[in-house]
Amino acid sequence: MTQVQSVSRRGFIVGTAAAAGGLSLGFHIPLTGGALAQPVGSPAEVNAWVVIRPDETVVIRIARSEMGQGTLTGLAQLVAEELECDWSKVTTEYPTPGQNLARQRVWGSFSTGGSRGIRDSHEYVRQGGAVAREMLVAAAAARWNAPAGECRASKGVVTHTPTGRTTSYGAVAADASRMTPPKTVALKDPKDWTIAGKPLKRLDTADKLTGKQVYGVDLKLPGMLNAAVKACPHFGGRIASLDAAAVATMPGVRKVVRIDDATVAVVADTWWRAKTALDALPIVWDEGPNRAVSSASIAETLKAGLGADDAFVGTTMGDARAALARGGRTVTADYAYPYQNHATMEPMNATALYTPERCEVWVPTQNGEASLAAAAEAAGLPVDRCDIHKIHLGGGFGRRGNFQDYVRQAVAIAKDLPGTPVKLIWSREEDMLHGAYHPITQARMTGTLDVDGNLTALHMRISGQSILAAVRPEGMQGGKDPVVFQGLNAAGPEGHLGYAIKDLLIDHAMRNPPVPPGFWRGVNLNQNTIYVECFMDELAHAAGVDPLAFRRKLMANHPKHLAVLDAVAQRIGWDRPPPAGVARGLAQIMGFGSHVAAAAEVSVTDGRLKIHRIVAATDPGHMVNPAQIERQVEGSFVYGLSAALYGECTVKNGRIEQENFDSYEVMRMAEMPDVETIVMPSGGFWGGVGEPTIAVAAPAVLNAIFAATGKRIRTLPLKNHSLA
Amino acid sequence: MARLTINGEVRDVDADPDTPLLWVIREQVGLTGTKFGCGIAQCGACTVHIDGVAIRSCAMPVSAVAPEQRIVTIEGLSPDGSHPLQKAWAALDVPQCGYCQTGMIMAAAGLLQTNPKPSDDDIRAEITNICRCGTYNRVRAAIKLAAKGAGATQEG
Ligand code: FES
Ligand code: FES
Repeated sequence: MTQVQSVSRRGFIVGTAAAAGGLSLGFHIPLTGGALAQPVGSPAEVNAWVVIRPDETVVIRIARSEMGQGTLTGLAQLVAEELECDWSKVTTEYPTPGQNLARQRVWGSFSTGGSRGIRDSHEYVRQGGAVAREMLVAAAAARWNAPAGECRASKGVVTHTPTGRTTSYGAVAADASRMTPPKTVALKDPKDWTIAGKPLKRLDTADKLTGKQVYGVDLKLPGMLNAAVKACPHFGGRIASLDAAAVATMPGVRKVVRIDDATVAVVADTWWRAKTALDALPIVWDEGPNRAVSSASIAETLKAGLGADDAFVGTTMGDARAALARGGRTVTADYAYPYQNHATMEPMNATALYTPERCEVWVPTQNGEASLAAAAEAAGLPVDRCDIHKIHLGGGFGRRGNFQDYVRQAVAIAKDLPGTPVKLIWSREEDMLHGAYHPITQARMTGTLDVDGNLTALHMRISGQSILAAVRPEGMQGGKDPVVFQGLNAAGPEGHLGYAIKDLLIDHAMRNPPVPPGFWRGVNLNQNTIYVECFMDELAHAAGVDPLAFRRKLMANHPKHLAVLDAVAQRIGWDRPPPAGVARGLAQIMGFGSHVAAAAEVSVTDGRLKIHRIVAATDPGHMVNPAQIERQVEGSFVYGLSAALYGECTVKNGRIEQENFDSYEVMRMAEMPDVETIVMPSGGFWGGVGEPTIAVAAPAVLNAIFAATGKRIRTLPLKNHSLA
Repeated sequence: MARLTINGEVRDVDADPDTPLLWVIREQVGLTGTKFGCGIAQCGACTVHIDGVAIRSCAMPVSAVAPEQRIVTIEGLSPDGSHPLQKAWAALDVPQCGYCQTGMIMAAAGLLQTNPKPSDDDIRAEITNICRCGTYNRVRAAIKLAAKGAGATQEG
């Protein structure tokens, strides 16, 4: 590693860092959208977060990854707000994970998931901006021999108030970088914000309209080769045999690489030739120990868990078992939610350059530091001899976080070709067959109603897969996976149930089929909300009470949950009848720190569903960019309703059956309803916005379908049911 | 060897005849604005124009394109991002991750060629590209905005 004390000086020129390792390609690499490589010798950074060039350009460093969710713009707004710079001069760049490690993790976590990009880092990024502002003001004051207290900063200009003298950030940035940073800074009250909290346009749009935006699949490095990969499609299976010689002389082929006992790659001059040869490569798979596993066998296993005695208790109040045993009016229903694939539009990919001294990887990643760890492990090198160059993601949705399988593969291939950059791109088929699937669960809901139709006791038994057990066992609590209970906790800022139920038990019978699970946008809040909110509708119906009124009676102690629910009910006109032939449904939940609700209007004609209109409300506490929140909410309906209508990865012979968008269908424009978004920040907390709304999309629509047809859909996706 | 006319330039490329046009554009010609999403004509990320008609280039072998046919990619839609659709897209801040957006814009440009004033239902029926981030409603609004403005005509 060469000098890393100044990221800007290092200039993101690979050669600078790589030279020490014996590589000196010396070419510029594309980084974030809109980021410009800092030429060597440019003025030093003011601090880790802020670089200001003599031409007044303000470069704000962003540690989290942009994958479409707008975090790049939102985080820049927070820094710029405190910096008091001119927003029109703002651009952004990513520091590398290697630089972060070398600087004692000055940029904090790089992880981008759990709708945490902004809510976990707002404080220290704002402080970063505020500290830089103080240093810039101090530098200007020093030039004037004036006390800093007599100077003010606004829009990138420092004014000495008594004399009216002014100077610009660009003029004093170099001096500022040598000032001692203040130990403490005061942050603005959000009510005084002028940049944050405003519906500003994204910083990364222009290049996405012309084809200039570089994604991982677009990367070009001098002398680069291309690789296509196939891993055994049967989970736990391996390669029984393959005949590399059969494809060795095909056009463009350079090498067949056995990555491990289940995975093989072909390297060629172009990706198309690599893929063509890989498809022609004779491979015999050993189907391994899971060849008998199918969707039906998994469903049986989970079903057994619904009635099992042993279960991890998540939430408990009073004594639900005793209350249910006392009888009364009991309603019970079983629900099921299938495996889903993230299906990012950009398939998994990574480009690696390996030498025995150093390894560098260019990759669209939600967690640069996880990519770095994976690269170092695969390369067999210490982390300080590796680095990751993050590239704009063509979608993430959780697939590109924990799971760095494509990074490990790319490095393993590059290790076979030292000194040659290799770009690995997965085919869509590979992406479908080797996902980190939304876990599969079932739930048995049992509730009792008193004579007045009030819900008095509820038992929710979840049976199914734990994500943490598979991917983050250190997060387990005595064998229990707390993430299973997302949105169902009795209390807590991340997400708690909005209903007061006297006797309540929510427990989980863990059943882990051999299909790898992962964090899929919305995670367990998705199915938990379907189970709870559809069952609330069932209970209301059984009680003969309006679904809104039924919920409201249970929500008196949860005013923020209630506020978003009331907001959507009011906007959709719940107290008035819907248009002829149209029916309505509701859902609410708290998750990822935010309160969300949705109301849907649908019609079903000759068995054909049409979703006419969605109203969605979000209370994220503080709001950083309402325009981006709107987009996240709207996008959540595409993601959530794609899953509800079509999403299902089925299993046969221990492998996934769907291989592309012809069998793994997703929602398209024709089915997209109008979405009206109500953003209603109540202040006082920081909630996420990228995920929670997905959870209410499906139950609002399912409840509306019941209202329209009297059909209660309890297993997804809808395509498997007739609504006629 | 194949001879192609891409964005007004004649290019000789060294590609096997059954190579999809998509991969010739991306790898031999080096224009990476045209994206790979599925490879089976399902998603539209690879949409380009041939003689003004939007097609999915992943499902078209390069040998099926004649040298004189005019191929236009996103890079050739306008010299500087000033096509009415690109301007409308910028005005409404349409893209999220952006990966599908060049294909969306090319599909929309194809639609406006044949139907300069499409209704909402026309757009819903004709634009079948996949966007996983969920930009559909803003795509539709941007197409209508572009159609309202000055003539959104094909270039190249
Ligand atoms: S890549 Fe051509 S339609 Fe998907
Ligand atoms: S903007 Fe991400 S897939 Fe469409």
